[in-house]
Amino acid sequence: MTGGDLGGWEMVVGLEVHCELKTATKLFCGCPNVFGDEPNTNVCPVCLGLPGSLPVLNQQAVELAMAIGTALGCEIRPSTFHRKNYFYPDMPKDYQISQYDEPINVDGHLELPDGSVVGIVRAHLEEDTGKTTHAGGTGRIHGSDYSLVDYNRSGVPLVEIVSAPDIRSAAQARAYAAELRGVLVATGASDGRMEEGSMRVDANVSVRRGPDAPFGTRCEIKNLNSLRSLARAVEYEARRQIEVLESGGTVAQQTRHWDEDAGRTVTLRSKEEATDYRYFLEPDLVPVVPDAQWITAVADTLGMLPAARRARLVDLLRADGGAGGAGAAPTAAQQDQIATVVDLGLDDLVVGTVAAGVAAPLTLARAANEAATEPELARGLDPVAFAALLGMEESGSLSATQVKSVLAELMRSGGDPAAIAAAKGFEALAEDTLVATVAELVAAHPDEWQRFCDGDDKLAGFFTGQVMKATQGKANGKAVAAELRRLRG
Amino acid sequence: MSPAGATPAPALALADAIRSGERRAVEVVEASLAAIAERDGELHCFNLVLADQARARAAEVDRMVAAGEDPGPLAGVPVALKDNLCTRGIDTTCSSRILAGWRPPYDATVVTRLARAGAVVVGKTNMDEFAMGSSTETSATGPTRNPHDTSRVPGGSSGGSAAAVAAGFAPLALGSDTGGSIRQPAALCGVVGMKPTYGTVSRYGLVAFASSLDQIGPFATTVADAAGTFDVIGGHDPADSTSLDRPTPRVLSVLDEGIAGLTVGVVRELLDGADADVVARIRAAAEVCAAAGARVEEVSVPEVALGLSAYYLIAPAEASSNLARYDGVRYGLRVEAPDAASMNVATRTAGFGAEVKRRIMLGTYALSAGYYDAYYGQALRVRTRIIEGFERAYRTCDVLLGPTSPTTAFPLGERLDDPLAMYLSDVCTIPSNLAGHPAISVPFGTGGDGLPVGAQLLAPALGESVLFRAAAVLEAGAPPAGDPGAVDPGAGGAVTGEGAR
Ligand SMILES: [Zn+2]
Repeated sequence: MTGGDLGGWEMVVGLEVHCELKTATKLFCGCPNVFGDEPNTNVCPVCLGLPGSLPVLNQQAVELAMAIGTALGCEIRPSTFHRKNYFYPDMPKDYQISQYDEPINVDGHLELPDGSVVGIVRAHLEEDTGKTTHAGGTGRIHGSDYSLVDYNRSGVPLVEIVSAPDIRSAAQARAYAAELRGVLVATGASDGRMEEGSMRVDANVSVRRGPDAPFGTRCEIKNLNSLRSLARAVEYEARRQIEVLESGGTVAQQTRHWDEDAGRTVTLRSKEEATDYRYFLEPDLVPVVPDAQWITAVADTLGMLPAARRARLVDLLRADGGAGGAGAAPTAAQQDQIATVVDLGLDDLVVGTVAAGVAAPLTLARAANEAATEPELARGLDPVAFAALLGMEESGSLSATQVKSVLAELMRSGGDPAAIAAAKGFEALAEDTLVATVAELVAAHPDEWQRFCDGDDKLAGFFTGQVMKATQGKANGKAVAAELRRLRG
Repeated sequence: MSPAGATPAPALALADAIRSGERRAVEVVEASLAAIAERDGELHCFNLVLADQARARAAEVDRMVAAGEDPGPLAGVPVALKDNLCTRGIDTTCSSRILAGWRPPYDATVVTRLARAGAVVVGKTNMDEFAMGSSTETSATGPTRNPHDTSRVPGGSSGGSAAAVAAGFAPLALGSDTGGSIRQPAALCGVVGMKPTYGTVSRYGLVAFASSLDQIGPFATTVADAAGTFDVIGGHDPADSTSLDRPTPRVLSVLDEGIAGLTVGVVRELLDGADADVVARIRAAAEVCAAAGARVEEVSVPEVALGLSAYYLIAPAEASSNLARYDGVRYGLRVEAPDAASMNVATRTAGFGAEVKRRIMLGTYALSAGYYDAYYGQALRVRTRIIEGFERAYRTCDVLLGPTSPTTAFPLGERLDDPLAMYLSDVCTIPSNLAGHPAISVPFGTGGDGLPVGAQLLAPALGESVLFRAAAVLEAGAPPAGDPGAVDPGAGGAVTGEGAR
């Protein structure tokens, strides 16, 4: 399924993103907040909801929520907690403590890389539930023999970020989630891992006849475990609703489940089956009232956000000039490289390497394409060493292939790139050796040479490959191309 | 240890004798266990008697004394705990089938504080199921009987604790008070019962009924013992977010300061609907205050009349949420069923008694979409009005006075099938819970039936000092036991003078 034209219809999407906060302990108790431990080892009377236990609010969670609010340009306000009442075995108190009509963050926005802006309605604190595994039988809720509940996740702090219904395409929904993830990681609030469930996305989707028509009835889509699922599900759901409307039906307000394998959404429950959560003010907690001093202190801890980090790289390219000359906008390929580098946290490496004298386009390309294959290791790279390595490529003393090989070693073990190159036997090919080798190969392949001389430029690749083979990859590709052109005249 | 003006404090005197080596804790505890063994079969104050644990703990107290260590201000004093206070490794049932056999992995903060003060827990006392009731008859373990007349109820919900102290099983007990559950049984059993300011005693480890109203407090035979116990259990606890992080009034040391020059307001609306003999006792109590040098005036706080209906929306609403966790999944009763939802229903159907079910349904309804504002929302607004009404009264008064219960102890079974009549038992005590204010019930003579009457004193938030001073005055001026109500004016006057004892 591809995005694009909806035949005069417009989709309207709002996203609810649940983000697990990277606190040391849970939201209301001192249990460790760790993913992946043995089931039911990080539990205590409070997060098991034992009779008589009481919640105590985690200050670090409040501060991370405030950091998210600050990063999203929200107003940070006095807030309260409510109880959301419903029965579910993995919810130990059979109510969830959540912020309701007085959330800590309201009225923010997120600017996406393409310049579009999505409003943020609120970003509030709440506790996570435990996790149920249905076992035996079919392994699904209905038909399993028994269920196992792990309460390690019970009480883990979450921030739920609710966007305004400002999103108009599947691509924009994906870009919003990706950008939000970058912001969450940059604030230190979350590791943003969708596959581990530390960032979970629900989408509210409706369609209407053009931008001035009233909003249609919306459906909420659950089980979106990746950015790809999100984009596919939103696109599918919008088209499903359009089909219903165009065949004269009406869209029923529903919660729907995204089936990744089947590539479609299916009904989970209708509006009539929706639970009455009987919200009321949580009597076991007191209001959280952040004062101006606290808000400022949290804001001061915030690092650079993804948008600013991207802008910094664009500025580097512009100052350098690159292929397009000074002041030119980055190419589409370079924009992708910038996104990758920022997403993987390699932008400091790029900035440091350029500062050490390497051209920005080359640095960006090598960081996004080569260093990015091992992002963990790449973040530990010394920019001076990386600059020395790329300098050898610029000067032609190492080929691109050789740079890749040296870089892998440099990331794993560190050291001096020149020494690594020498140890690998990557001395630069002497100029006369290269000239001699090219001449030899031209003589050995007269037919190919003739075709190259007749204007078939593809044959340049053939000869370059032959030279590389003959020199065990030591030749510089650019130098070979130049020599071939010189010989052709 | 006991202050000059007040009646001697048996519990504190016991502790002093044990700390000085004059008496041994093991003997004191043995006497308590013997009394329980002799008469609790008849009264059923206890769900569980902890004889072995109590003996071991008493021996430890004696060992500390012998070693020259101080076991604390309640050294060796037998204490009974309401069965909704969590005790590590010891059954905590709330007198409900649904929690039968549940052993908490932790102690309530008050239990820890009592232990640190040297007290010896002798057992867990009977109560109305989940503290929902005013007679201890909704208990799944059967009713407690009033030691003064075993055909009568002890009041509730902390009826087991009140009756245990009245029967002499233990000189001290703890209860919880959500709408009068300490003060009303204290009045009906003829002992002192006190509900502290909301937030002065940690609720950590108190199995919740209605979280915004619940507060733990002491039962004792004297005001001084209640004061000494309040000093031990009160104070900030970081484990309870609603615990006040500010100094809790110390009360034992101010007991003999009297109330000369203070103003005591007799609340007209608390007298409305009370039996004539109860009203007569409260009038007499007012005279005792006047004789002690206080200015006594009648005040009107019309808002308190709204308390009952607001309470019976707020408390069930919170309870419907607090009791949701008894779902058969993690602890307590589980009735097996094919899936989680039906296991839930089957467990709750079998595990809860009729009154608990009634309140869960009432509370669920009050919070439901479309009804919230008319019921729960309205009740919250009434709550605010009650606080304002008290504020007005406290502009001119230091303490307020009224009956604790409109009647003396009523016969077992009389109100069990008439919830409204039962709910009316709490009409005088509920306003303090809604306001979060402290209040105390002090025995003050008997009614025409010869059963105890309690005089209730109310004070503003954190007004425990003045509350206990006034309570000590009433105690000293109360008619002697067996005397239905002849007031000895000299007794009240002597409180501020010398040699009151
Ligand atoms: Zn925990």
